[in-house]
Amino acid sequence: MSENTNMIKKAGITFSEEQGQLLEIAESFSRDKAPIATVRNLIESETGFDKDVWTEMVNLGWLGIAIPEEFGGSGLSVAEVVTIVEPMGRMLLATPLVSTTLAAQLLLNAGTTAQKQDLLPRMAGGAIAALAMHEEHGDWDISHVTCTGVISGDTVTLSGIKRLVTDAKVADTILATISIAGIPSLVAIDSGSIDSAALQRETVIDETRRSYRINLDGISVPATNIFDAEKTAAALKRYHLLSCLLLSAEACGGTAGAMDITLNYLNTRRTFDRFIGSYQSLKHTMVDILTDLEAARSFLYYAAGVIDTDEGEAAVRMAKAQSSDNFAYAGDRAIQFHGGFGFTYECDAQLFRRRAFWTANQSGDAIYHRKRLATLLLD
Amino acid sequence: MSETLPCIEAFKKEVNQWVTKNKPAPPTFLMPQSFMEVGTDEQFEYLREWQEKVYNAGYLGMSWPTEYGGGGMPEIYQDVVNKELVAQNTPFMVNTLGLNWAGPLILNMGSDEQKKAYIKKILSTEEIWCQGFSEPDYGSDLGNAQLKAERDGSEFVLNGSKIWTTLATQAQRMILLARTNTNTESKYDGLTFFLAPMNVDGIEAQPIKKLTGEHGFCQTFFNDARISEDCIIGKEGGGWLVAMKTLMFERGAEGGQAGGHTSMPVTVEEVAELSKRVYRDGKPANQDPMVRDELVKLLMRGKAMSLNGARSKIPALISERPTSIAMSVKMLATELSKSIGDQATSLQGSNSLYFVGDDYAVDGGRWQRTYFQAFSGTIGGGTTQIQKNIIGERVLGLPKK
Ligand SMILES: Cc1cc2nc3c(=O)[nH]c(=O)nc-3n(C[C@H](O)[C@H](O)[C@H](O)COP(=O)(O)OP(=O)(O)OC[C@H]3O[C@@H](n4cnc5c(N)ncnc54)[C@H](O)[C@@H]3O)c2cc1C
Ligand SMILES: Cc1cc2nc3c(=O)[nH]c(=O)nc-3n(C[C@H](O)[C@H](O)[C@H](O)COP(=O)(O)OP(=O)(O)OC[C@H]3O[C@@H](n4cnc5c(N)ncnc54)[C@H](O)[C@@H]3O)c2cc1C
Repeated sequence: MSENTNMIKKAGITFSEEQGQLLEIAESFSRDKAPIATVRNLIESETGFDKDVWTEMVNLGWLGIAIPEEFGGSGLSVAEVVTIVEPMGRMLLATPLVSTTLAAQLLLNAGTTAQKQDLLPRMAGGAIAALAMHEEHGDWDISHVTCTGVISGDTVTLSGIKRLVTDAKVADTILATISIAGIPSLVAIDSGSIDSAALQRETVIDETRRSYRINLDGISVPATNIFDAEKTAAALKRYHLLSCLLLSAEACGGTAGAMDITLNYLNTRRTFDRFIGSYQSLKHTMVDILTDLEAARSFLYYAAGVIDTDEGEAAVRMAKAQSSDNFAYAGDRAIQFHGGFGFTYECDAQLFRRRAFWTANQSGDAIYHRKRLATLLLD
Repeated sequence: MSETLPCIEAFKKEVNQWVTKNKPAPPTFLMPQSFMEVGTDEQFEYLREWQEKVYNAGYLGMSWPTEYGGGGMPEIYQDVVNKELVAQNTPFMVNTLGLNWAGPLILNMGSDEQKKAYIKKILSTEEIWCQGFSEPDYGSDLGNAQLKAERDGSEFVLNGSKIWTTLATQAQRMILLARTNTNTESKYDGLTFFLAPMNVDGIEAQPIKKLTGEHGFCQTFFNDARISEDCIIGKEGGGWLVAMKTLMFERGAEGGQAGGHTSMPVTVEEVAELSKRVYRDGKPANQDPMVRDELVKLLMRGKAMSLNGARSKIPALISERPTSIAMSVKMLATELSKSIGDQATSLQGSNSLYFVGDDYAVDGGRWQRTYFQAFSGTIGGGTTQIQKNIIGERVLGLPKK
């Protein structure tokens, strides 16, 4: 038996007191702030989220959770952020919390001292950060970068088009991957240096989200905005896992949310003088979704605890693979089990199914991660 | 008491040494894979001796009360022992039915006399227990059990038959669900639960050959068999409640079992290991992309089971549906065992066509046998479909009708 196969057997789940408290607070916060009517109203809004809710989240200290105290955060870890993202996902509460948290981690891992000192306290205080990682090719591999940066003197001139940059319009800073002399690099772009014509809103599958295309052509930023080149590759690798972890949290929450609305319908809708929830083809399917969700949550909280250890990569990939498939299935069945109503825009099932695509198809779907798990577990 | 308890680390060491020194040599005959598969006297005696030895060493029933023959210690010590027994691949406990369901049931609901009479003998193997629940016409629909128990003074007269009775030919005692009243409005109210002796006139067990060709369960016939009213546990007419409690212990949804394991463990890791010894297109099967994906899915199911166990100990992470994990363990574990047998068999290519008994069978045909035996778990103790009904109704709150 290989080392790796042994390795996955021994670990348990660690869960801190802070995680417990945050989970409780975030559950009631999300229920309060994001009843489904509010979610639907926000779909019609410009920014897609409520500025006041964002301010409350900032005041609760949530943007600084995984930022060290010296930079104005509370010095906890991303494991604590997981406990906020999961309940938010359940209520489809969409905010830039995930992108801002991930950006802060990139800065911590590969930012220069000056960048950290400048940006981290601002992010802990609620300045929004967006991530420009996606490009035309649609490849999930974030080291597949075609946008370029050319350094001349103390400026770097960017070119190329970034896509699917969530919340770019309201962001204070945008972190982008660019290729400098053929090497994937990270650069911080102040939103002030992006002309409004360079920013174009995109139509995306999850209507609760706001996404933009950014034309980098002609944008120049100080060369000091480039991240530490020696640390960038490792930081991007960790970013990928962190992104998977938080997307898994969102997917677990979303699965529970899709279950909530479906169970409610199964307990109220009748056909042939019986509640449809009494039919085993529906009841047993809901049990399958429940047991899959239990598995996904176990992977999620296990991964949250071990992400920065030897077991981290396998743990996170298991969480992402499991939660992506679960959420898709829960959303798919939510539509089907609502019958004709499920086919309508008014039925909330479609919101969850759209969100499921959104979370599954960022940073790799289930097959993508199982392929990598095979290498970790079978070779 | 706490002063006299050994420290856990020292205890682990002690147990490790004891098991290393005392575990029995592998048998020359085919070992059954679980307590439900014990079909010969030779298998039975080998397993019985082992359980007796473990109990005499003080490693079984460690958290049961000392006054009834237990160890009176915190459960964690038994957990240490259980882990070591599995780690060293020792035989399982033959009296599982006594240790894991009849025993906890008696401790939970029995009278003091019943505890004194039965508990120690369950641990020592002096009395082997079997379970008379299912009948030829009523299995899943247990509440409809029809075996008749008619009162005659201070005795009950039993007539009818039970079926699929595991270990009935070896057992001295049976947990028995019988109908004492045929005129109740609800079928459940006519049932009474007995701790019945097997060695009375009129009770006869006939072995049934299983799908693998082995033995292990019986049909048990009752012909004017007389038992005392003292055998009742709970109330006359209150048997359904006792039966439900029994099933909680049986399915592992409630704790309090004596300890020891119940079957030869099969793990997903062993399937991954097997994939390196079997071939696809001239290469080890673990290099085939499609096989790899199937193996990862299987490994994830195994990993999820153990992580669920870890998570269920963290109240904040199971607060919304506290019974969800516990109530699905039986279903998930037994379905996983079956998938393990299935996948491990198919992995062998054309060699998967062999069966136990052929010299060329991979690993002695263990995986083929694992697959077929696994149905004991997906059918026995309430089928997977019945488990889904229960979870859907009790955990998710979906309507019965
Ligand atoms: C795009 C579209 C176009 C349509 N066009 C027309 C049209 O032109 N004219 C028209 O008359 N109708 C039309 N329909 C309606 C369609 O026929 C119904 O939606 C369908 O028959 C289901 O009925 P329902 O919506 O009431 O769902 P329900 O009957 O309430 O079913 C809800 C859920 O319960 C399940 N269910 C219900 N009963 C059982 C059972 N006994 N066992 C197991 N599961 C059960 C269903 O499978 C479903 O998943 C259309 C529907 C759609 C989606
Ligand atoms: C190896 C083994 C050992 C056993 N040992 C014992 C023992 O020691 N003592 C004892 O009393 N019993 C024992 N059993 C019996 C076991 O508990 C029953 O076989 C089981 O409860 C199913 O009952 P049945 O066989 O009558 O099947 P049925 O109840 O007739 O079921 C047939 C099929 O219908 C399905 N089904 C039935 N009702 C429903 C429903 N409401 N919804 C959906 N699907 C349904 C079942 O899932 C199954 O697939 C053992 C069984 C096995 C296989």
